[in-house]
Amino acid sequence: MEFLSYAITPVMLLGAWISGRIIERRHLKNLLLLESGSHGVLAVTIEDLPPDWQVESCELVMGNVVISLDYFKRVAASIKGIFGGNIRVFEPLLERARREALIRMKGVAHAHGYDTIINVRIETAALARGRSDGKGIAGVEILAFGTAISYSKDQRSSGTP
Amino acid sequence: MIISNTQEIPGKTIVEFFGVVTGSTVRAKHIGRDIMAGLKNVIGGELTGYTELLSEARGEAMRRMSYQAESMGANAIVNVRFATSSVAQGAAELFAYGTAVTVE
Repeated sequence: MEFLSYAITPVMLLGAWISGRIIERRHLKNLLLLESGSHGVLAVTIEDLPPDWQVESCELVMGNVVISLDYFKRVAASIKGIFGGNIRVFEPLLERARREALIRMKGVAHAHGYDTIINVRIETAALARGRSDGKGIAGVEILAFGTAISYSKDQRSSGTP
Repeated sequence: MIISNTQEIPGKTIVEFFGVVTGSTVRAKHIGRDIMAGLKNVIGGELTGYTELLSEARGEAMRRMSYQAESMGANAIVNVRFATSSVAQGAAELFAYGTAVTVE
């Protein structure tokens, strides 16, 4: 029975690596599809509006996503943590999550009838850190939020200066 | 109640300030969701249950914040910020705060 406990770790690592790759591929494909549509919503991080925009209504919109770090990535990161340097396995994961959160935020704005989001902010929070032995739940939440506005351009003020 | 994360409500002017309003909830993870999350923690991917849980909790925190603003007599909250902290293993606090104002 004892060899089982030695065999299970490499099997889990391999399984996690393969499943991580499959999920990543599928998600990237899906993201490209969603972003090309993206509901035509414009999201900007600036707060000040051009003076000729007459805002009719506004609403706080947000999109969030909680991602888990798979077993392979956590082990790879903990090994990398000894030597230091970029933990490259996490970079695409967080990037995907951010894109997903932005798409969800835009989706909410579109569903509520807005086409512009101003003052967009993106926050990252580690929910519960996994234990150092690789067990426990490790998750990261990405939250994107901003103020969705609907506006009309004021013809009088945008005309002759 | 108009809620915005900008300095002022676009297209309106602030006539009165009431000060900071806050709202928070502390949520623990559901056991059924936790089992799925344990599995997802091996294979990777989105923890859908947690995504819903947190957005519900954030909605609750915002409701509490707007209730507080309403009781002060405000009709809008500007410059809303969010903060998330894991207070204990398995529980997270969702916190929303902003400035209660009256706009015209």
